[in-house]
Amino acid sequence: MSNILVNAPKTARRGEIVEIKALILHPMETGFRPGPNGRIIPRNIIERFTATWNGAEIFAMEMSPAIAANPFVSFFAQANESGTVILRWTGDEGFAVEERVAIAVE
Amino acid sequence: MTRRLLVLGLVLVFASSWAVAQVAADKRRSGYQDMGEALQKMQDDDTANPGMLFVQLGSQLWAKPVGAENKSCADCHGAAATSMKGVATRYPAIPQGAERPVDLEGRINLCRAENQKADRLPPDNRDLLALEAYVAHQSRGMPIAPPYGPILDAFRAQGEGIYRRRQGQLNLSCAICHDDNAGKKLAGIAIPEAHPTGYPIYRLEWQALGSLKRRLRNCLVGIRAEAWPLDAPEYVALELYLMERAKGLPLETPAVRP
Amino acid sequence: MDRRRFLAGTAATVIVLPLVPASATQEAMAEAIRRVVGAATPIEGRVKLDVPPLVENGNTVPLTVTVESPMTTADYVRAIHVFNEKNPQPNVFSARLGPRNGKAVVGTRIKLGDSQRIVAVAETSDGRFWIAGADVIVTLAACLEEST
Repeated sequence: MSNILVNAPKTARRGEIVEIKALILHPMETGFRPGPNGRIIPRNIIERFTATWNGAEIFAMEMSPAIAANPFVSFFAQANESGTVILRWTGDEGFAVEERVAIAVE
Repeated sequence: MTRRLLVLGLVLVFASSWAVAQVAADKRRSGYQDMGEALQKMQDDDTANPGMLFVQLGSQLWAKPVGAENKSCADCHGAAATSMKGVATRYPAIPQGAERPVDLEGRINLCRAENQKADRLPPDNRDLLALEAYVAHQSRGMPIAPPYGPILDAFRAQGEGIYRRRQGQLNLSCAICHDDNAGKKLAGIAIPEAHPTGYPIYRLEWQALGSLKRRLRNCLVGIRAEAWPLDAPEYVALELYLMERAKGLPLETPAVRP
Repeated sequence: MDRRRFLAGTAATVIVLPLVPASATQEAMAEAIRRVVGAATPIEGRVKLDVPPLVENGNTVPLTVTVESPMTTADYVRAIHVFNEKNPQPNVFSARLGPRNGKAVVGTRIKLGDSQRIVAVAETSDGRFWIAGADVIVTLAACLEEST
């Protein structure tokens, strides 16, 4: 089951600057909070978000525990050629998921 | 001819201004209107609203066969966009042949138990909330339209009684905060009018989607009262009354609240 | 302590407070910024930090950083960093950008444990650093979860 929501246009004019927005289900547990038993809940965050367009990295973000739960990221990209944008989230406890979106450039 | 047109025009002008006056006379405010612009934008944008993650999850669960019958919601109900449109505006309701009302999550669990032969999901279980959010989302923008009947009316009256009864160590009723002092500040935040227009809601405090039941429990803790057991009929009775108070206001599910 | 001495003490505290050196967390933020900019002095300008001045809940605070830049191969924004003063750690995020972004705009949502100052630093392709700050007041939600 997908726990990711991505908003990117399906088509774009060549050279158009498009916005890409992504939301993912993740607790972003800070590692600073005590749990019900008084012990600190271990840190569990997404550390890194990257976006590639036809394999070339176009955006990357290093995240800290200060990023809100269920992280939201928005950025822009220039649509130079049709292709696949791969969004990838990696982090603690071996977290690694990706989502692909196709953008057709006319 | 011109005179008739003029009369028609005047009638139209009066009719429209009467309609505007009616809307203006309705001073009720959804919690949405008490939020800052940033949070309103978060709710309005479907890729920024974290509640939409759960709606998406709910749409996947809707189509997933479960239980001994190996049936999905869709196997009986088809496309939720048609079959569930408006349903959430009419809950809590009395299931056919039953003698007491259930809320939407109760109805989903009844379906699981009776039709899918699957386990009931516990309150605030993520899958249950996701299904509830998905179903209620099909009524987004539609006015709340409570059903009536002798049994429902009796439970609704009980709900109003709970709403007006002082309880807890702070000796407060729901009405003291949400009728008498709504709009004033408590701990820096406007006290809402307590219209359940967007449940399940994504409450920033929870950093998750949660039910009206969970929110009511937070209220009870706030007034230092003992929360009712999770399966208590009080929650449904109170929800019936709150939905009556909110009758006609549009559903917002999934709403974002601080 | 009698009332007069108490009042005198309070007055003294009020006068002394501004002379107290910056708190450790403010220093931690300054240090985190120094690690990014090195010996360079960040210049005020070009960076716009959009964050609501008053937030209803610090758990999810929308934040957008916009940097004025043509975003061409000759002149672009390389990175955007955001820092805070009072969370347990000063770093919020570091984003890497390039001419391919077309616009140097990054949006996300952050946690703020308390009212504080947020700072954004942008690094442009000419090696210069640009800075902007914003103060955020965090109010607390009423009627929270039972503590079990």
